[in-house]
Amino acid sequence: MRPALAILALLLALAAPAAAFDPREALPDPALETRARGLSAQLRCLVCQNQSIDDSAADLAKDMRRVVRERLTAGDSDGQVIAYLQQRYGDFVLLKPPMKPETWLLWFGPLLVLLAAAGGLWIAWRRRRAVPAAGPVPLSAEERRRLAELTADR
Amino acid sequence: MNRRLLFLLPVLVFAGLAGAFWVGRPRDPRRVPSALIDKPVPSFALAPLIDGKPGLATADLATGKPALVNFFASWCGPCRVEHPILMRLQRDGVALQGIAWKDAPDDARKFLRDLGDPFQRVGIDRDNRAGIDWGVYGVPETYVVDGKGVIRFRHAGPLTPEIVRDVVMPLLAGGKP
Repeated sequence: MRPALAILALLLALAAPAAAFDPREALPDPALETRARGLSAQLRCLVCQNQSIDDSAADLAKDMRRVVRERLTAGDSDGQVIAYLQQRYGDFVLLKPPMKPETWLLWFGPLLVLLAAAGGLWIAWRRRRAVPAAGPVPLSAEERRRLAELTADR
Repeated sequence: MNRRLLFLLPVLVFAGLAGAFWVGRPRDPRRVPSALIDKPVPSFALAPLIDGKPGLATADLATGKPALVNFFASWCGPCRVEHPILMRLQRDGVALQGIAWKDAPDDARKFLRDLGDPFQRVGIDRDNRAGIDWGVYGVPETYVVDGKGVIRFRHAGPLTPEIVRDVVMPLLAGGKP
């Protein structure tokens, strides 16, 4: 039983998730290939939408990986490769949304919410501290008279 | 304002945000707008699919007359669904240009032989080079190109009679949808 389990564990360890990327697509230059993999991870597969072209097994993703490698081989910078696909597929091809006026709310919204919450807490905290500083207000003469009246033994 | 009503503030903020997201929501999240709207047709040149019928290149789309460019493939089911609409458009005198996308030439030729060929020109884009330049992400996709060679509209998925009537025909007539 023991050896069988060990063999099973070994086999499972070998069962890496099926990769979409086919090693035959790789460029011969390792430095260029590393850049290609990095760029592919930032680009959205238009068909599967929530996968990068590096992860996706879709046919279109394969074509886009080929384009990335062709552009890099042609001497494009990383930014030029991204711009090349962005011109054709729009901002949607970028998994990380670009910083521009339309996306400011997206980028800074969480910070605004955090600031608003911190401001609210600060105001609440100051108000709570302000009350004990003033101390209890002493009873007026009228209130004292009424209290004496209510608590007087009959 | 009555301070006691302050507790409603978060509710109002939530309602406002929900309203903004509701109004701004894309009607179909799978429908990605084309990046090429109001841009000139990308530079491309495709070999002819059919003997005796020319292929398609950028210059063929700036003829002074608006045209439809249809990406299709024989392996694509929705392309078969929309094909009768293309045939009808051709009978109505619309200039239709075809691009066989990621298809084996023999299969694409058979597709047009069996279902009819509505196109004036058909290019073969076997390895999706022109497709990527057009920002195509699937077939069928149909583009309205005006007489100056500027892309005015892109429809991803099969054309429907409604889209043809409400968007494509007005654009071809030179108006706004």
